Amino acid sequence: MEFLSYLISGISLGSVYAIIALGYTMVYGIAKMLNFAHGDVIMVGGYMSFVAMSALHLPGWVSVLAGMAVCTVLGIVIEALAYRPLRSAPSLAVLITAIGVSYLLQNSAQLIWGANPISYPPVVSGTLHLFGGQLSISYVSLVTVAACILIMLALTAFTSKTKMGKAMRACSEDKGAAQLMGINVNRTISLTFAIGSALAAVAGVLLCSSYPTLMPTTGSMPGIKAFTAAVFGGIGSIPGAFLGGLLLGIIESMAKAYLSTQLSNSIVFAVLIIVLLVRPAGLMGKYVPEKV
Amino acid sequence: MKTKKKIAWGDYITYIGVTAAFIAVTALKNGGALNRSQLGLLVPICAYITMAISLNLTVGVLGELSLGHAGFMSIGAFSGIIAAMSLSELIPSAGVRMAIAMVTGAVFAGIFGFLIGIPVLRLRGDYLAIVTLAFGEIIKELINCLIVGYDSAGLHILINFDGSKTASDLELLEGGKAIIKGAQGAVGTKTIASFTAGYILIMIALFIILNLIRSRAGRAIMAIRDNRIAAESVGIEITKYKMMAFVTSAAIAGAAGALYGLNYSSLTAAKFDFNTSILVLVFVVLGGLGNIWGSVVAATVLYILPEALRSFADYRMLMFAIVLILVMLATNSSRTKALFEKLKSAKKEEEQ
Amino acid sequence: MSFSFERGKLAAVPSGSVIPERDLDKTPILETRHLGIDFGGLHAVQDFNLTIGRTEIAGLIGPNGAGKTTVFNLLTKVYQPTKGTILLDGNDTAGKTTEQINRMGIARTFQNIRLFNNLSVEDNVKIGLHNQEGYSMFTGILRLPNYWKQEKAAHERALELLSIFEMQDQAGVRAGSLPYGAQRRLEIVRALATNPSVLLLDEPAAGMNPSETAELMENIVKIRDLFQIAVVLIEHDMNLVMNICEGICVLNFGQVIAKGSPEEIQANPAVIEAYLGRKKEA
Repeated sequence: MEFLSYLISGISLGSVYAIIALGYTMVYGIAKMLNFAHGDVIMVGGYMSFVAMSALHLPGWVSVLAGMAVCTVLGIVIEALAYRPLRSAPSLAVLITAIGVSYLLQNSAQLIWGANPISYPPVVSGTLHLFGGQLSISYVSLVTVAACILIMLALTAFTSKTKMGKAMRACSEDKGAAQLMGINVNRTISLTFAIGSALAAVAGVLLCSSYPTLMPTTGSMPGIKAFTAAVFGGIGSIPGAFLGGLLLGIIESMAKAYLSTQLSNSIVFAVLIIVLLVRPAGLMGKYVPEKV
Repeated sequence: MKTKKKIAWGDYITYIGVTAAFIAVTALKNGGALNRSQLGLLVPICAYITMAISLNLTVGVLGELSLGHAGFMSIGAFSGIIAAMSLSELIPSAGVRMAIAMVTGAVFAGIFGFLIGIPVLRLRGDYLAIVTLAFGEIIKELINCLIVGYDSAGLHILINFDGSKTASDLELLEGGKAIIKGAQGAVGTKTIASFTAGYILIMIALFIILNLIRSRAGRAIMAIRDNRIAAESVGIEITKYKMMAFVTSAAIAGAAGALYGLNYSSLTAAKFDFNTSILVLVFVVLGGLGNIWGSVVAATVLYILPEALRSFADYRMLMFAIVLILVMLATNSSRTKALFEKLKSAKKEEEQ
Repeated sequence: MSFSFERGKLAAVPSGSVIPERDLDKTPILETRHLGIDFGGLHAVQDFNLTIGRTEIAGLIGPNGAGKTTVFNLLTKVYQPTKGTILLDGNDTAGKTTEQINRMGIARTFQNIRLFNNLSVEDNVKIGLHNQEGYSMFTGILRLPNYWKQEKAAHERALELLSIFEMQDQAGVRAGSLPYGAQRRLEIVRALATNPSVLLLDEPAAGMNPSETAELMENIVKIRDLFQIAVVLIEHDMNLVMNICEGICVLNFGQVIAKGSPEEIQANPAVIEAYLGRKKEA
């Protein structure tokens, strides 16, 4: 029973990572950049829904939509102002810019809401008791897992079935060729950032509902972990990000429970290192050798 | 051959510039022109300049993105603290202890650089970057588990994986002293780091890296950066030279860590987290990849900048972020680049 | 295209190749036996047998996608062959890496130029000299007397090699900013600097104008005469191939379809078919 409850909390945490990783992997796939600000969009999503709920007294689900709307716009704006001018710049320049954006978001949040953690009212509350109370699962966990699966399926369908989704895949293969085929590359990249940021907002709400504190740096570590998850599963691959996120969450939860609380992050990262050494392109990624 | 002489001059200018700055600041310091908080910045600036120079070897010269450089600084800091503290009775001279601490820091960071390099250098690009980040975090958590003390019987080291042990479990003899107390970090460290030690360290780091770049090994390293496949085709041992650059870079970072660590009476491993790695990376990128002098200047300016903006209190980090983004956009966007190119060609035409 | 030179008389060797008669009494510098590689079921190159004489200029030709560059990649172990053996000066090269192959004596250029773009022309050549300089990292950092001595020698040698193509004045220029033709020439100099016994040139004349090509032809022969090495070149410029190559090997769909002297190749119906296609039966 104990094992089962750790497993469930791992799956729930992993689902949050997976949702962030899905956004990360799409953005990376198309823009080929480590968007370090992605984690901070999660935090913005959290604060936005917090404001919607506590200041505007809107119901939970509306607050999620509000967070998503703000983050979508934020994602598009960040891409247009900070990343688009650097499309042909060296990747390190873009990376540093992303770090700048990350600092900017964190410090703006700190100016508005202060550096101290605030307690976040969960969007979904209550717990499901099973086996005569031996096993309890919070409704947030169930919602998180369901949301994650739903998002994964929707994204898979979107990228394989719709015209925009196909354009997205074309752009991530070869921007130049996509442009020649009449695809509006700028708009496609904007859309990818919009989707990624909306997902980050969802993840922010779910994350804060499970771990009900919120501060300007809330998004950093989950952001890094989610990127790790995306790499773990094979960056650019949607099922890979899903699988990577879930596995990462489960490993983290199990490591905390059975090995060492202090070293839980180390264990997660150690697994990542081993996976990359055995499969250099992640679990589900394609390894493309350099052409000579 | 003209350019060759120019490059060599650049090296001397770097040495002279650093020395001149050292002399000027020392004069200001002795003249009492610096306040306490400015004095407190001197050693950390030296440590961060050294960090930036060393990271430039990995990122600028070898061309591999490392996001875990603070990990090596951390290893250097804590091994340096252990060395300096445990020798405090044996060797009374603070200067000698400082030197030993920096060498110890360099050796340990170098060893870890080698061990970490074995898996890391097999990967490429962003995968390599994410794994260096992972190692940086692992080092941080491992050092958080470290409990170290010394007494007349020598060093005592405990590894506290489950969080149940404390410094009292070291069972030190009478007169013994705990140096590192797990997550509390190093406590009661004698602060023996000095601005002079910092200056010497920068000069040594510059000497090693500038001379390395202009040697056979340095050319091999840059060849790998510019074109790995071509470098292989002319018989360069990729693994050997990648490792050489990575370990040298780690060792110098270790020495910088020892300098930094011995500047504070208490220090936790959390200081050397991902953000510190990123900060150093920002110095390197803004100073120019492969441009060592640029790293020195960027580290100095950017380390002082947030302090100089202190009067804006809450807004200073925000302004730092905005400055960072604007500088990157100004120096890298295709539009401004085209503008620079235009200016350049206009100037050339004028010259002709 | 007035350039022409005395080609050696050819003689057949057991592998079915031809090599110049003057090289017959010595071990062939390069010999492949049943060399092959599969890329996931596709036979990119199969049953490739070729013998190269010690001072031969050989041509490897064939339509696009025939597997010519793949042969170079196999010879230099960029790809590990799935079948067959490669003998370099009689030594098996199985299990060697690219860098070891270079030290054993094969140097190459690339179809898509691969220079060290951010380094100077001279440094590019000095990197080619890497394994002929011998001082350690510490000698380099401490600038011991050996450093100065060897750096001086490397500098002089680099300029000497550059002078083959009259590029010594451009020694300080950034390699990436050279014009296209000069980049191709620099790649050849860099390869030569590694002191090879076989030089593999992958489309050395690509992108050159006719006068540059004519000069290149002279220089390839000059290099062979000066260094007494074998040169194997992949080239689409038939004028160049037919003018300076002694033995020619024609590949199509990963298989050798003809070997022989330029005259024989030009008259070979299989070669004509591979290049021009089969005549429609009336």
